[in-house]
Amino acid sequence: MIAAEPQLLTGGEAVAHALCQIEPDVVPVYPITPQTPIIQTFATLVADGAAHTEIVNVESEHSAMSAAIGAALAGARTATATSSQGLALMAEVVYIAASMRAPIVMAVGNRALSGPINIHCDHSDSMLVRDSGVVQLFAENAQEAYDLMVMAPRIAEHPDVLLPVLVCQDGFTITHAAEPVELLADELVRDFVGPYRRADALLDVSHPGTHGPFAMPDYYFEFRRAQADAITAAGRVIDEVADEFESLTGRRNGALEQYQVGGADEVIVALGSSAGTIKDVVDELRAAQRHVGLLKIRAFRPLPLRELRCLLSDAADVFVLDRADSPGGAPPLAADVAFALAGEASCLHSHVYGLGGRDLHPEAVRDVFLQRAPHYVGVRGDECPA
Amino acid sequence: MSELMRWDELGPGGVVTPTESPRPKTGDWRTNGRPELRLDRCVSCLLCWLYCPDSAFKLEGTTLVGIDYDVCKGCELCVEVCPAAALEMAPEADT
Repeated sequence: MIAAEPQLLTGGEAVAHALCQIEPDVVPVYPITPQTPIIQTFATLVADGAAHTEIVNVESEHSAMSAAIGAALAGARTATATSSQGLALMAEVVYIAASMRAPIVMAVGNRALSGPINIHCDHSDSMLVRDSGVVQLFAENAQEAYDLMVMAPRIAEHPDVLLPVLVCQDGFTITHAAEPVELLADELVRDFVGPYRRADALLDVSHPGTHGPFAMPDYYFEFRRAQADAITAAGRVIDEVADEFESLTGRRNGALEQYQVGGADEVIVALGSSAGTIKDVVDELRAAQRHVGLLKIRAFRPLPLRELRCLLSDAADVFVLDRADSPGGAPPLAADVAFALAGEASCLHSHVYGLGGRDLHPEAVRDVFLQRAPHYVGVRGDECPA
Repeated sequence: MSELMRWDELGPGGVVTPTESPRPKTGDWRTNGRPELRLDRCVSCLLCWLYCPDSAFKLEGTTLVGIDYDVCKGCELCVEVCPAAALEMAPEADT
């Protein structure tokens, strides 16, 4: 374990420092709020000679991901970053990156999708690529965003995985808020991530191959099944990398974080920065002798369904907080938790909160635990209790 | 590919190496005739070879010798770029 002097950094800056230490060979990227500080800080570090990375100034996020696929398959360690509409424009190519098994690391500053146009946080952008086959890790704060970014290449480039890994941090709440962050020494990160070697690199011209072949009904299904296997393997790899990272830093960044979940009757399940607020309310209600807890999800994809079931099936009430909606259907995280808990006796409560950067206040979290909150938490206008 | 592979036999991304690759006759997709090469007019400038999106032009050294109709899709690009009028579209030959 190493003790480092914490520095005051925003989540965006912290992730840019992680990228600099990872030192990707290629970073094709297009700016968009609230991701811009990530690439801006990173580009400054590269210009100052702190990392030897080819930054490709592309004309759109669609091109950023397209260039990233080419670079990653050619054998270059590759990263990019985006938010919201950028991720939406990129979405078509994100599916292809996963299918071609391109281990691209991508920093996401989560931001609401238009419309109406908005620049603040919710998770609708991430949910848009939920089914693309990419790994999605959510950070609670700047430190976690940094840590997950350092872990990301190890997960992405593992031979059983070879998938894009999205390190998601809440736009503005994390990307732009300065907090004390412990950075690891450059050599430690370099040794931790190791070199990127690809067995079937495109630029290995002595072993030519067709990457991204056409697959008709006789093969498409097999491709998709193999892809599902790769992201399942990522679940195991996340645990292994988290173990190794913990032995290096003392900080545990597993797929799930339990906060007072053991013996809890009432548990909230949530992603991202709201976990901090929820933990405070858990402490307060625990002090008042209520058996409440928080199950924070870092790995949204692959979601550890079996662990979710184990950890939640003893709770009488499970409250799922989604920072995205699925109009006309179940919100994404609620649908997943319902699937994990199918056949169990726990009562599931679904809430949607924080769309477009609306704050989640402790009183609202308390109302959720006390079953006084409506399905849409924090919206103005008449709502029936959920 | 007589035997279809199982999902767990596909490598990452299903990369196809040349020995595994079937050679379907994509020339079957032509719908509007095919380019014919008049070697008596050809100056072997190789513009057709350079522009052809399907690598259908056959060379011996740097001399053009013919067209592989198994892969030519009849896009007519070669006819457009030929400076010597050595390529012109013609109806499919009856086979």
